[in-house]
Amino acid sequence: MSALKNTIDKLKPHFEKGGKLEKFHSVFDGFESFLYVPNTTSKSGTHIHDAVDSKRTMILVVVALIPALLFGMFNVGYQHYLAIGQSVGFWSEFLFGFLAVLPFILVSYGVGLGIEFTVAQIKGHEIQEGFLVTGFLIPLIVPIDTPLWMVAVATAFAVIFAKEVFGGTGMNIFNVALVTRAFLFFAYPTYMSGDSVWVRTGSTFGLGNGKLVDAFTGATPLGQLATSTTQTAHITGTMGNPLGFMDGFIGLIPGSVGETSAIAILIGATLLLITGVASWKTMFSVFAGGAIMALVFNNFGPDTAVAHFPWYNHLVFGGFAFGAVFMATDPVTSARTETGKYIYGFLIGFMAIIIRVLNPGYPEGMMLAILLMNIFAPLIDYYVVDANIKRRLKRIKN
Amino acid sequence: MTNLIKTKRGLDIHLSGKAQEIIGKTLISNVIALVPDHYNGITPKVVVKEGDVVKAGTPVFHDKNFSDMNFVAPVSGTVLAVTRGDRRKVLSITIARDTEIKYENFSIKAISGLSGEEIKTQLLQAGLWPFIKQRPYDVIANPTKAPKAIYVSTFDSAPLAPNYEFVLKGQISDFQTGIDALAKMTTGKVHLGIKAGSESTDFRSVRNVEITEFSGPHPIGNVGIQIHHTNPVNKGEAVWTVNVQDVLFIGRFFNKGIVDLKRLVALTGPQVINPQYFPTIVGSNIQAVVKNSISNKTLLRFISGNVLSGLQVTSDGWLDPYASQITVIDEGSEIHELFGWAMPRIHKYSASRLYFSGIIESKLFQKIFGKINYEYDARLLGGKRAIIMSGEYDKVLPMDILPEFLFKAMIAGNIDKIEVLGGYEIAPEDVALCEFVCTSKLPLQLIVRDALDNLKKEVE
Repeated sequence: MSALKNTIDKLKPHFEKGGKLEKFHSVFDGFESFLYVPNTTSKSGTHIHDAVDSKRTMILVVVALIPALLFGMFNVGYQHYLAIGQSVGFWSEFLFGFLAVLPFILVSYGVGLGIEFTVAQIKGHEIQEGFLVTGFLIPLIVPIDTPLWMVAVATAFAVIFAKEVFGGTGMNIFNVALVTRAFLFFAYPTYMSGDSVWVRTGSTFGLGNGKLVDAFTGATPLGQLATSTTQTAHITGTMGNPLGFMDGFIGLIPGSVGETSAIAILIGATLLLITGVASWKTMFSVFAGGAIMALVFNNFGPDTAVAHFPWYNHLVFGGFAFGAVFMATDPVTSARTETGKYIYGFLIGFMAIIIRVLNPGYPEGMMLAILLMNIFAPLIDYYVVDANIKRRLKRIKN
Repeated sequence: MTNLIKTKRGLDIHLSGKAQEIIGKTLISNVIALVPDHYNGITPKVVVKEGDVVKAGTPVFHDKNFSDMNFVAPVSGTVLAVTRGDRRKVLSITIARDTEIKYENFSIKAISGLSGEEIKTQLLQAGLWPFIKQRPYDVIANPTKAPKAIYVSTFDSAPLAPNYEFVLKGQISDFQTGIDALAKMTTGKVHLGIKAGSESTDFRSVRNVEITEFSGPHPIGNVGIQIHHTNPVNKGEAVWTVNVQDVLFIGRFFNKGIVDLKRLVALTGPQVINPQYFPTIVGSNIQAVVKNSISNKTLLRFISGNVLSGLQVTSDGWLDPYASQITVIDEGSEIHELFGWAMPRIHKYSASRLYFSGIIESKLFQKIFGKINYEYDARLLGGKRAIIMSGEYDKVLPMDILPEFLFKAMIAGNIDKIEVLGGYEIAPEDVALCEFVCTSKLPLQLIVRDALDNLKKEVE
């Protein structure tokens, strides 16, 4: 190990000011601090520090996302072979999914980190870890048949215009991954909605050639509800089989890569809550808000299929659970006061269901609900802080 | 009946190297220094020059704004040098001390016969005033403004802090005199904060005070927290605070008529062999105190004060006038930890649940595997970032203040917001724990110090 350290020490002068590779200082620094804990000591104030840092925190979120990713990979393969009517077994399905999803991860990280490194160098900053999470989220929230170049364009747009222009990690107003998704959604609507993008019907790297079976339908459950002409909330899977709560919970259904399985998301949620990285207040409130609003629509709503969709199904189908666990709890873009988190979370759940039920254009409401509440989070905090100020001013009168 | 105030928020950090209750031999360096930078909120005007002979209690410099406010020599001897830095800023005034300390004689009347104004004049003249600090701004008290109360916390909850009950043993009459003197200078009361459930018969027997008991984790011993919960400082008000050992200085002065700045200092920390208490004097060189008691590691960090809010000093630096503690820890700058962010690191402490500290500290774990000693050094253990995580600071600041928003206002220099969000109540030491737990490794105490200085300048 000391050989590695020696190599780094030998290379270091080249990257420092005046060295011939000075342009790559931030990159070098990023790799060095990735390998070794920085040995800078405190210069003022507290002499000892907690072992926690933003690397550890961000990596934990990535770890929490792994179950959803693995399940998503498997599901991509599973749906594909279902669509072409072949039965190839678990590992072949997983391999297909793995090969289908991997390019998304590479493109997302490649584009995002490239921009991040460049900006860090221009500003003379350290490379910040925020994109580790964002880059991992992006492949999980896009439909599997999205063209890669679109993902690249959307990622670049989001990282530059939703994050770097605001000042980088910790300064952004909108959740960067969701901006990527929103960009795709609004810039390329024909690709991002409808029935054809959710299940990969073609082959991947020559794997999984086959003809679609006749019974195949690639629409997501929420997509079916939105286009339903009847008033019954009747949804079916890829092969026309009826779907219930447990199907949504397990997640072998069409949808964005990581959002389908509530179980996989639940594992991630557990990890986030045990470690305290995500706020249980936000997470709980999103589900509470969604459940209450869906219940209201179940009983008093318009006579449409989606309004009749049982409230518990709303929570497990579509991106609701994924958004609640991984997107709403993003500490930077969510409300930052403890009271504010309840309000913020509740309104996300509330708005998501309203958009799902009342807006015929968007079958999924989670993305828009979270982005909308990102705007309102500072306002919520403003009132919570204001209440604190008023309470403290009152003391003078007593 | 005494009042009891309980808090839950806060954090007790356990370091090894707590001082045993033994008093070692008196350790005073041959050269003593006064460092104007140790005092917040003053501009020094030096009144001695090289070669002058001084006694303990002779003025060495005074504040330019309050020329009555003297800063005096703690020992008798000869002025060695007045060291100046850039733009002739006074860095230190050093005095070579006599072996036997000779004291300046102050003819003193009994406290009962003195008015508050007279006491104030005496303290200013004798150089004991700088030991009285004030909230807001955490600076030396403004003598022209009467405080609404005076607070003395009789316990320190910081890591490895000295036990003041032990320190005070046998000196309760000086303490009582000090309290009586303080009481004359306020229209309100002198408040004594006592640790709930402590034995402390001495502190409980003090008269002429309002006693409040406090229980909870650090920073409950901080006087700022105690003020917040009993008589919070609002705009335009002032509260004075005095450390326990500094009350003794005032008491001794009025009992004996001399300025005797000797105090017990707890030498503590993981890198100290036989941590214990040593009698020394304000302004002594810490080398005299630590030289026989530290491990032979080459890279050590010496702290005048505790690990959270003390001052970093060099191995031959000076003890600051307010410190009752010296802490020595590993500097850690030679450590290169591979993949620290991914490792279990069971020897590292974290208040977050991203490490195993919570499990390691549990009773069950300690029963089975025994106690694990955490390793502490001065590294930041991470890179500096913008504030990312929310709610971290709230957990360790037991005040009705939203720390994150206050810090942001301070960073932005928004005076109006600082005023209403609690800027008048907070001192750097109160946010030391916030700085400790901060994921983004922000220098919060420095931010607060700068903001308070700025606030003082703008408001006054």
